[in-house]
Amino acid sequence: MNDQIPPTLTAALARGLVSRRTLMMGAVGMTGVAALSACGSKGRSPSATGSAAPTAKAADDMSASEKVINWSNWPEYIDVDDKTQKHPTLDAFTSKTGIKVNYTEDYNDNDEFYAKVRPLLAAGNDTGRDVWCSTDWMVARLIRQGYVQKLDLSNIPNAGNVEDSLKNVEFDPGRLYSLPWQSGFAGIAYNPKSTGGKKVESVDQLLTDPSLKGKVTLLTEMRDTVGLVLLAMGKKIESFTDADFNAAMDELKKAKDAGQIKGFTGNEYTKPLASGDTAACFAWTGDVVQLQADNPNLGYTLPTTGCTLWSDNFVIPALARHKKNAEMLINYYYDPEVMAQVVDYVNYISPVKGTKAILTKTDPAVAKNPLILPDAATLQKAHVFRGLSADEETRYNAAFAELTAS
Amino acid sequence: MASVHAPQVEPQAPALSTGSATTPARRRRNVVPYVLLLPGMLWLVVFFVVPMITLASQSLQEGSVDQGYVFTGNVGVYGEALSQYWEQLVRSIGYAASATVLALLFGYPLAYFIAQKAGRWKNILLVLVIAPFFTSFLIRTLARQTILSDGGWVATAAKTTHVTDLLQLLRLTENDRLMASKFAVICGLTYNFLPFMILPLYASLERLDGRLVEAAGDLYASPREAFRHVTWPLSLPGVVAGTLLTFIPAAGDFINSKLLGNTNTVMIGQVIDAQFLRVLNYPLAAALSFVLLVLIVTLVAVYVRRAGTEELV
Repeated sequence: MNDQIPPTLTAALARGLVSRRTLMMGAVGMTGVAALSACGSKGRSPSATGSAAPTAKAADDMSASEKVINWSNWPEYIDVDDKTQKHPTLDAFTSKTGIKVNYTEDYNDNDEFYAKVRPLLAAGNDTGRDVWCSTDWMVARLIRQGYVQKLDLSNIPNAGNVEDSLKNVEFDPGRLYSLPWQSGFAGIAYNPKSTGGKKVESVDQLLTDPSLKGKVTLLTEMRDTVGLVLLAMGKKIESFTDADFNAAMDELKKAKDAGQIKGFTGNEYTKPLASGDTAACFAWTGDVVQLQADNPNLGYTLPTTGCTLWSDNFVIPALARHKKNAEMLINYYYDPEVMAQVVDYVNYISPVKGTKAILTKTDPAVAKNPLILPDAATLQKAHVFRGLSADEETRYNAAFAELTAS
Repeated sequence: MASVHAPQVEPQAPALSTGSATTPARRRRNVVPYVLLLPGMLWLVVFFVVPMITLASQSLQEGSVDQGYVFTGNVGVYGEALSQYWEQLVRSIGYAASATVLALLFGYPLAYFIAQKAGRWKNILLVLVIAPFFTSFLIRTLARQTILSDGGWVATAAKTTHVTDLLQLLRLTENDRLMASKFAVICGLTYNFLPFMILPLYASLERLDGRLVEAAGDLYASPREAFRHVTWPLSLPGVVAGTLLTFIPAAGDFINSKLLGNTNTVMIGQVIDAQFLRVLNYPLAAALSFVLLVLIVTLVAVYVRRAGTEELV
């Protein structure tokens, strides 16, 4: 076993440190004091009494004179040419339009990124970015706080290609502010080596099976962890109540007090899962598809009770200086031909209609994987966590933080 | 101690200022130290004093991210912070203290060896001590994860030699595994901060005059007595500096407990991280930071006083 440490270590390190949703704990947390103070004492003006969302300020659009776009995205979340380490779809965009894309992989975690840009947005300053990709609930918050601008759909004729299921999301009906970049499921992953060959097929089993005791991890993303438990309890995550939420928290607390749960993680669950230290856990599809390339034995279950479906979405922040260019970029990726190239590499779910037809021709193996191109039956099981009001978000986050950190 | 010496120095000052010709030169000389201090002072004001004041004022605000936080002088948040998270505070201090003691036990003999016995290998050994710093803190901690993992040879060896049973008996682990336990967290803290202990110890042991130990021997002190009365007291500045450099960052650390611990080993840094980044309860996070700060400063003050080395640190 120890002869495989070096390769697994390096591979898992590389993955754990650079893949999507990684928590770059060091960067933010170590500077606790400085960071706390840097965030300043002023929030948005207290005028927002809950009714209409404030509108984001637009800057003078420099798109015509400055042929650039500053795009912040999650690490390892776009196609890469293995030889040149360049991004072929981005290069093609530049040669087609003459617009240079400054692609920065500095979006490691929703909360961390928000902590980074919030002070700028709150003070009415330009963030230096024209577009980035936030997860649904973060988009909801950004819209609510007036930190993102409405998209000019006349610059994005391909927007009609968005999958029907993603069109009328609760936090942005009709997709006025956001368009999905990639989607994925949260479900259950397990390592048969540590479960004794047993499959882990339900949330109940994960939280109560004594043979998994102390070898289970859940996600620090509250919506995925609580969402999966709510679904297992037969609740709808599109319309649950406070009481439902509390009941789900009780279930989680019970499992935690029983010593079933080892911890709550960001995507650092991948390494212990691959090594077998973690027997079973809540996990994201794209991660598991990548892990399965090295460990074909790893199992993945989308529970019959339902799984959560999330998307990371393009949004254009307030005062972005190259809004029109950014919209042209979004339009470009909404061409299924282009999106197919990205999905073929990152293995998440395409939000663009017509991608499947192209992938079936170009890469049949990927096209057959239901975690990448889910069939209707799979999609039936997928649910989206409902948007939360500011008050709910605060209360739920506090309750969840108390669960994970005590 | 300083107060005893001070009066002796002061009377000399007027004696020098007799000639009027020397006055401009003296004035310039008096200004120079302050000018040299300026960058440091500025740095401290901008990155320490101002953040501290902001932090204190932030802890007394109320509101939410959406509504904005407003200063209300709400001291209740400190009660909330203490009553809700006293357990993690105590735990953090306990873990940090354990790691410090372990680091001292491991670090002292090593520092002594390098300083006194290593000869021409000294520099190479010192580089080896610092070598872990060439990789990031995060990667080192992740490497521990692999080393202590269930299938790894460390865990297997510990199981066959029944070390795991002993650890379980001491309540350092909860089952026959090493990972996700108190043991793993304290090991991680000890390992990550060990160089901070060794380097100051080395610095003070390196200056130790071997002839003093020899003299102790000539005066019929046993090696143990020589160590107690000569080596140890002379290395105290290093011990104090090393323990402070280990204890203070270890108490606020949250990466080790996050990556190596379980849900019962959560340290206060993790709570602050979650309150600040996820819950967005800035006042509570600020209050917790402040409580931790006061706690550490108090403990350090008591420790330094007890060690009797105020003038050495």
